[in-house]
Amino acid sequence: MIELRDISAGYNRTRILHNINLSFEKGSITSIIGKNGCGKTTLLKTAASILKPLAGTVSLDGRDIATFPGKELAKLLSFLPQTRSIPNITAYNLVMHGRYPYLGFSRTPREEDRDIVRQAIESLNLEEYIHKNVRQLSGGQCQKVYLAMLLAQNTDLVFLDEPTIYLDINHKLEILEVIRQLKEMGKTIVMVLHDLGNALMYSDRVCLLDQGEVVIFDSPEKVFESGEIDRVFHVSSTQIRLEFEAGGGEQKQYLFSLKA
Amino acid sequence: MEKSRKSYNLTVIALLLLLLALTVFFSISFGSTKIPLSAIVSALGEGDASSTVYRTIKYVRIPRTLAAILAGAALSVAGVILQSVLNNSLAGPNIIGINSGAGLFAVLAAVFFPMSFYLKTVAAFTGAIVTTLLVYLVAQKTGASRVTIILSGVAVGSFIGAMIDTVIILKPDAVVDRAAFLIGGFSAVTLDRLKFAGLLIVLTFIITLIRSYDMNVLALGDDSARSLGMNVGVFRFFYLILAAIMVGSSISFTGILGFVGLIVPHTSRIIVGYDNRILLPVSALLGSIFTLSCDLVARVIFAPYELPVGIIMSFLGGPFFLWLLSRGSRGQLYD
Repeated sequence: MIELRDISAGYNRTRILHNINLSFEKGSITSIIGKNGCGKTTLLKTAASILKPLAGTVSLDGRDIATFPGKELAKLLSFLPQTRSIPNITAYNLVMHGRYPYLGFSRTPREEDRDIVRQAIESLNLEEYIHKNVRQLSGGQCQKVYLAMLLAQNTDLVFLDEPTIYLDINHKLEILEVIRQLKEMGKTIVMVLHDLGNALMYSDRVCLLDQGEVVIFDSPEKVFESGEIDRVFHVSSTQIRLEFEAGGGEQKQYLFSLKA
Repeated sequence: MEKSRKSYNLTVIALLLLLLALTVFFSISFGSTKIPLSAIVSALGEGDASSTVYRTIKYVRIPRTLAAILAGAALSVAGVILQSVLNNSLAGPNIIGINSGAGLFAVLAAVFFPMSFYLKTVAAFTGAIVTTLLVYLVAQKTGASRVTIILSGVAVGSFIGAMIDTVIILKPDAVVDRAAFLIGGFSAVTLDRLKFAGLLIVLTFIITLIRSYDMNVLALGDDSARSLGMNVGVFRFFYLILAAIMVGSSISFTGILGFVGLIVPHTSRIIVGYDNRILLPVSALLGSIFTLSCDLVARVIFAPYELPVGIIMSFLGGPFFLWLLSRGSRGQLYD
């Protein structure tokens, strides 16, 4: 379990997050939501140890995350940034980078590394374009290759910053399904999502941030019912229950509109 | 797919080695007097120290050829490192002022300690390191955007350039051939002068090759590299130091040789792509061939007079590079 205690964080002495206390349960999907600039990415980066907190501690299974050597931590926790420079390499080589924490001094992949990369490629159905240059791939394909890299990194904790941003609806749903698969594999997912409907539909827990503070951190149902989403985003929200015929179960969907 | 890529890379390396061997032969054979292959072989084989051919080969042609190979490889590899580590395709040792920094320290060493060539080498790479760190710190302080690094490099380079000019004007005897130093050339190179700098270049190149995969990971961006367990700050610093040692070492015996560190990495990328494990050796070979060829042209075009190699490099390299960039969609490789 990863736990944030009394965390304040920011950049160049400017505090963006204030006194955050959170913990992410094993094997769950947590979505961090909030308005632009409220500190979602800062929170994710701090929890993933990409950014050092200005105050407070992040601990992983009771041990301060700052005390882990880089490669040891990279075997436990992976992070997919939102903005990144797309490297001019093949998709296969990018997925292989996921094995970096496991490589020895010579940085030569062993047979075991190749097998894990092969499995990651197969589980996301990337065979068709795995030898293409990453820069030639569509946004959705590229995102799947990055997720395969995280799969190859093989960590229990996965942090994703806006994994569905700029994607068309087909790829967006496909990526969200992949994230669900990761959870089924027993991984803990913490992600920043700007799409409120998806965050409420796909998550076990939702963390709503406003001005660097946690407003509510609870199940999607309770977060929705609290009315805090409407207050923070200045919108009106509605929940729709879709019932499917012949025992197909039900699905909740969410609609948002501007407040009158 | 991977196998065909590997055999393509090996073919490229083999062709470049062949081309290098040919250029080395031409470099030893051609000059103000032409020495045929049979004479080269017999002079090197028998080693008649009193013959003119032997002396020309041993004391003029071989040091010069070695110097061009080492400088071309060092500046090209430094260019690959800088472009990769600073994530900036415009970064080159001459563009971001490292050449000038090394040049200034080399000139100062020549003024204050004119007899020590080792000190000149150490001074040159100290200058390269100081300038690299200065440019990097300025850029980081202001946000380290790709444009800022180039702009701060240009500013630092022009300031240092003015300092070099001032020192040379005040102490004209310090640099024997002022034009050759500022444009870059190999006319005054001896094996003795080359030993220390050459050793440094070879050692840093081997270290860079061993750590080339880490450069690939660093190219993913700071956050991605960090999440893969890399200590980004330490690695970036380490690579910058390697680049600075290469630039400083080569400038200590060639003078301020520009351009090769910018165009060779780009040309190599067009040939073999962005994987530093293959890009580094290809750049080293191509840089050696290009520099050696330019030096050859510089020696023979107006023989017995010769031009500083930097002039030929710009005359040949400039149009060639423009042609490469404008060729089809290749220009789109750079964003």
